[in-house]
Amino acid sequence: MKRVYVNEEWCLGCHLCEYICAFSNSGMTDMPTALKGKKIFPRIHIEGDEKISFAVSCRHCPDPICVKSCIAGALSKKDGVICVDQQKCVGCLTCVLVCPFGALSPGENGIMQKCELCLENSGGEPACVKNCPNRAIVYEEREENA
Amino acid sequence: MKEYVIIGNGTAATGCIEGIRSIDTESKITVVSAERHPVYCRPLISYYLEGKTDLERMQYRSADFYDKMGCKVLYGKTAAKIDTKTKHVLLDDGTALPYTAVCVAAGSSPFIPPMEGLDTVENKFSFMTLDDTLSLEAAIRKDSRVLIVGAGLIGLKCAEGLRDRVADITVCDLSDRVLSSILDTQCAAMMQAHLEANGIRFLLGDSAARFEKNTAFMKSGKTVDFDVLVLAVGVRANTSLVSDAGGSVNRGILVDNRMRTTAADIYAAGDCTEGDDISLGGKRVLAILPNAYMQGDCAGVNMAGGDKTFDKAIPMNSIGFFGLHAMTAGSYFGEDAGGSLYEEKGEGKLKRLFIRDGLLTGFILIGETERAGIYTSLIREKTPLDTLDFEMLKKVATSAAFSPKVRRKKFGGVV
Repeated sequence: MKRVYVNEEWCLGCHLCEYICAFSNSGMTDMPTALKGKKIFPRIHIEGDEKISFAVSCRHCPDPICVKSCIAGALSKKDGVICVDQQKCVGCLTCVLVCPFGALSPGENGIMQKCELCLENSGGEPACVKNCPNRAIVYEEREENA
Repeated sequence: MKEYVIIGNGTAATGCIEGIRSIDTESKITVVSAERHPVYCRPLISYYLEGKTDLERMQYRSADFYDKMGCKVLYGKTAAKIDTKTKHVLLDDGTALPYTAVCVAAGSSPFIPPMEGLDTVENKFSFMTLDDTLSLEAAIRKDSRVLIVGAGLIGLKCAEGLRDRVADITVCDLSDRVLSSILDTQCAAMMQAHLEANGIRFLLGDSAARFEKNTAFMKSGKTVDFDVLVLAVGVRANTSLVSDAGGSVNRGILVDNRMRTTAADIYAAGDCTEGDDISLGGKRVLAILPNAYMQGDCAGVNMAGGDKTFDKAIPMNSIGFFGLHAMTAGSYFGEDAGGSLYEEKGEGKLKRLFIRDGLLTGFILIGETERAGIYTSLIREKTPLDTLDFEMLKKVATSAAFSPKVRRKKFGGVV
């Protein structure tokens, strides 16, 4: 299946993907109203330093330890995409404790939110991919993780 | 066609059902469920009391789960015996269920030490099951004074769940610190102070010498008047079905990394088992939900003729109280056991990383828990710390500390 990958040599660490992600998931129509002056809770984040930077978001693991570990039965795999049911999540953060990529973090209300590949909100292509100025984030099929 | 019997209907049983069905979609699966409920999220019972979930949302699987999985569930039944000669599971009502392979996912039971006068206490409850929770809920009132015996995970989550629903909560424990199974002295003190600031009162290093109706007479000489008593001293793995069938048990049912017991065609999974804790390098009862699911899944696959190992079990807990989160994992070896410690302290946060033989063996994080899973994976994978930038990693959990090659491989990138 198609996943989001980052090419760390091209990633500038500009954090634009974080803002784009927060905006895309805000349900609002203009970016300043959605984001200006607010602490954002994106589902992708930049790690690294001045030498290397890269974006991290859910890897949609074929054998997801977060799903197996969720104490609320709130995480599940639907057609390969790891989804969270926010009605069921109680914010225990067990998924944060087990995700080896450090890809998960809760939203403003303490309930988990996560990258679901923008399948619901951005017309087929993840917004972070579409808006990365350097094309450092791509959405494609790769063999090793099929 | 095989015939599978699963004894128990919790998380491990669910893992077992899904494990079996990943291999064998045809054969019959019978689930023996002592509780008269479909599988629910056991660790959510305190969140239910707190109003953060409800009976519908705390279902672990969808309403059509057993139908879709082709399982027959026998509610309100318990297994009395596994007859290994005739290969039948005998139920308490006399029913005999033939099996090709059986999985014992029987969980654990509350351990209640003998306490004088306990029989004179009318309103006393355990806090393990949904039925316990509903009974407890029916007994509390806005003006109830609650005494909880046990300052472990169960007792304290119960305290959190009850706090806004009763007048007063006292927690006592024989141990001199809270959460003694997962926190060391310093971390426990921090969590205790936070719980106290949120209205929970403690009597630590103390225990009830005797009860007289609604009064506990403590060993220290203090007395506690209460309306409702919760007994959360500890749990014991339910091992007797397997020991009676000739399988080896210790504190839990002994399993190998394919979840086989020492008795033929009998598997076991979840809180009733004792398996390898790779952070410890020995066997341990790891009564945590992730472990139950993964063991159940592993048992199911192997029962159905597949080949799966689960050899990365470690203790790990993510637990929050009144907004302060603690995450713990692995084993904490002190200097006397050849371990070393990295520590950071700050306002409302504490980090302790335990290192031995060039490996991260355990950690305790309070307050700041971002990306803790990176640390957890180092324990599970036994990653040698000299293969990464540990100076960076100990300060911040980040994949930037891995070598570019390892990181790109991890993230599926171009190497």
